[in-house]
Amino acid sequence: MKTWIEKQKALIDFTLSSLARRKVKNLGMLLVYTLIVFLLASVMLFTHALRREAAEVLKNSPEVIVQRMVAGRHDLIPPGYLEKLGRIRGVQKKEGRLWGYYYDGVVKANYTLMAPSAEAPAAQKVADGKIVIGAAMARARGLATGNLISFRSYSGRLFSFTVADVLPHAAELISADLILMSEADYRAFFDIPAGYYTDIALSVANPQEVRNIAAKLAEALPDSRPILRDEVLRTYESIFNWREGIVLVLLAGSIFAFAIFAWEKASGLSAEEKREIGILKAIGWETGDVIKMKFWEGALISLTAFLLGYVAAYVHVFRFSSMLFEPVLKGWAVLYPRFELTPVVDGFQVATLFFFTVFPYTVATIVPIWRAAITDPDAVMRG
Amino acid sequence: MIKLTNIRKAYNQGRDNEFWALNGIDLNIEPRRVTALCGPSGSGKSTLLTIVGCLARPTSGRVHLKERDLSGLPERFLTDVRRSTFGFIFQQFNLIKGLTARDNVMLPAYPLGGDWRALHARAEGLLDTLRLGHRLSSRVEWLSGGEQQRVAIARALINDPEVVIADEPTANLDTALSREFLTILENLKQQGKTILLTSHDPLVIESSVVDTVVTLRDGRLVEGK
Amino acid sequence: MLFQPAIIALLLASAVSVAMLAAASPFAWELIRHWDISSGSERQLRLERRTYLMSTLLTFVFATQLVALLLFVFNADKMAVMFVGAMCAVGTLNANAFGFPALIAQIVVFFLAAAWLVLNQADSRAYDYPLVRVKYSLLLGILPFVALAFGLQLEYFLHLKADVITSCCGSLFSGDAKTLSGDAAAMPPRPALALFYGTLAAAIGAAILHARKLRGGYLVAASSALAFVAALIGILSFVSLYVYEHPHHHCPFCLLKPEYDYQGYWLYLPLFAATAAGLGVGAVQPFARIASLGAIVPDIARRLSWIAATGFAIFAAVATFMILQSNLILLEN
Repeated sequence: MKTWIEKQKALIDFTLSSLARRKVKNLGMLLVYTLIVFLLASVMLFTHALRREAAEVLKNSPEVIVQRMVAGRHDLIPPGYLEKLGRIRGVQKKEGRLWGYYYDGVVKANYTLMAPSAEAPAAQKVADGKIVIGAAMARARGLATGNLISFRSYSGRLFSFTVADVLPHAAELISADLILMSEADYRAFFDIPAGYYTDIALSVANPQEVRNIAAKLAEALPDSRPILRDEVLRTYESIFNWREGIVLVLLAGSIFAFAIFAWEKASGLSAEEKREIGILKAIGWETGDVIKMKFWEGALISLTAFLLGYVAAYVHVFRFSSMLFEPVLKGWAVLYPRFELTPVVDGFQVATLFFFTVFPYTVATIVPIWRAAITDPDAVMRG
Repeated sequence: MIKLTNIRKAYNQGRDNEFWALNGIDLNIEPRRVTALCGPSGSGKSTLLTIVGCLARPTSGRVHLKERDLSGLPERFLTDVRRSTFGFIFQQFNLIKGLTARDNVMLPAYPLGGDWRALHARAEGLLDTLRLGHRLSSRVEWLSGGEQQRVAIARALINDPEVVIADEPTANLDTALSREFLTILENLKQQGKTILLTSHDPLVIESSVVDTVVTLRDGRLVEGK
Repeated sequence: MLFQPAIIALLLASAVSVAMLAAASPFAWELIRHWDISSGSERQLRLERRTYLMSTLLTFVFATQLVALLLFVFNADKMAVMFVGAMCAVGTLNANAFGFPALIAQIVVFFLAAAWLVLNQADSRAYDYPLVRVKYSLLLGILPFVALAFGLQLEYFLHLKADVITSCCGSLFSGDAKTLSGDAAAMPPRPALALFYGTLAAAIGAAILHARKLRGGYLVAASSALAFVAALIGILSFVSLYVYEHPHHHCPFCLLKPEYDYQGYWLYLPLFAATAAGLGVGAVQPFARIASLGAIVPDIARRLSWIAATGFAIFAAVATFMILQSNLILLEN
């Protein structure tokens, strides 16, 4: 065992000095390798953080949302509907919600308008004539607390609001385009009579009960459509995974190119390198020793590139808000949220990433390494 | 010490340019003596050297080291025998550029996995005896031809081999340096090493250090001294 | 479902393994046909050099398979959120008929690979490479298994549909289920405990006996295989209950989850290592009589036996520790 360790130490020592002796070639390799890791790691860190963010958002949303359907389309909840639901066992709380979209022609963007829940704590309530807005919107329209802004409603009337507050950056992905206003203002702006709601939120204590409750709802109110939080979560999960997968497939080209590059580098040994291996073989290195030495070389390069690339990607995603591909991966609204993702590092993801980079490199270099290692030991004698 | 029986070696076997470098060699190399192989270039002396030194396997015939038959050994075991029994000095010295003299000397010991510090001490000791103590950490390409050869000799001795094999050792040396080499050879012989070398150089072949001269031509032995 | 990074990674690993082995098999065939160690011909030299490539390739393929096995289970666990009714890997694996067969095939490939590597190790230490033909014939024999594992995995992932309602560990491993795993889980704790500790003790004993006296090599392999099965039954029927502190949660995978501090790895890693080592002891036994392996086989078998004994002992100790730590009481004295 001790001999084995001493031997590996000696081989690593030689490898390090041999890497240092061919700085230019190896730096080139390292650079390309790091770039690949950086690209893939950025994609993965980014989607993973988005996924986490979405899950965070959904954590606070109600377990079930009930929409009313008319002719297969989402319609307002009429007065008395809430009562018609009646008591369903397992439902802790039910409540009508008011929200909708408004298109702002000035900045060509859609806003989400919401009235805070009637039961929300006083601090989150918005007084009549006031609004609380998301940070992205504040940026787009150049608004600050205390400013006045007017919107023309869909009925043609002009409404003016005072900005009471701008929502904090922290959760910008959710609140970027959000406008909170009082219930009375909301009803007046959209012309929704009292008693009508957009949809109904149900809180369910026991997650195991959710499916039963949804089934009962569908039975009691055939014109309703229950939407389950878990379902949304699942959809999100697969959409994000899918996006990540698609990007990876698109990047497959570059991984492949990288593998070819690695193959190139590994098989295109310079005359000097070939001579060196020949000398090593002649003075008593065995084919297996040369393969091991080359293996250490690959391992050192891989680990360095992986570390550098991953750290760079981490900084890129969490410090510089993934500026390189924000438009590709996000981009569902005109107001690009300039939000900072909460840093998440996931072991499984690191493993997957490691696989996508180190695996192709290793596959590409095995045969060239072997070819180099089987140099005839007597080659140096034959001149 | 080393016994060769009916050694034949072919290159490019089975192809049009098939070529038999050795054609039935029987040779016995005595221990603790200096044997020189001479002959014109292309006579097969280097090939014979590679077979004796376990760098290559004969196409047919037997190689015995002491009592052990090495003929059918795969490369892995042949290497094992080679690095414990033989030390090599090549015509071009074949040092690795960019490494220091000491690192070059230590190279053959790396795969053995011995103690790192002891290895350092051994390499430095060898370089000291060859009057290279002051060039320990110089890169080999900065050394003179004679110094390079002494580094190569130190490298050949690092694993304390019983047999030292030298291929045209004086081909790149002037007369003074060649004489110096012969002195080193004399020392090695006195230490009890068996030495086998190839040479055209009359200075070497006629020197008193050499006990036996074997002449080759066209892959066969011609005569002995 | 194919466009998930981990799935792409797994399929890629499997496909590359199959491709490499397939590409190597003509060479393996050539080796089997033309190997002649006593010859010094150039073909023999070429074949000999090729064995280095083959060993390197196979070591790589088998290392990949090991990582892929871990990744497969881990991925199944991660994807559980995407399936209605799935809470952990069991649910995901159950999402279609190919999940569990794919897992089992992967495990079988792992053990075959380990056995091959043990043979390779023995062979490359003997000066006349006596096992070359055996090794490369076995290699041709392993190829279909690797291909099968890849095929099952592909089928499994191709048929994964997120809207499938799958059954989770609760229903699969509950005592009422009429499946083999159900039977295992339903086993009353007392006989299960006896079986668990009995076979583990037997395996450890056989391994130590072999390490000391070099007797009963096949016994080590057989008892290791038995201990592997008994250990899995033990995990299903009571170890998991103690860890989850829940009398009806018989899941072998939830152990691997962060909620349970990844405790499962402490169980599975020694168990798999010990079983592989134990099977390896059996794999070299038929060749103990070959002259050049006379000293090598006992040496390897001895080392592997120690690994097996240590691995099983660690496994038993960890399981016992989990049971003692638990607040759950299954057996009243």
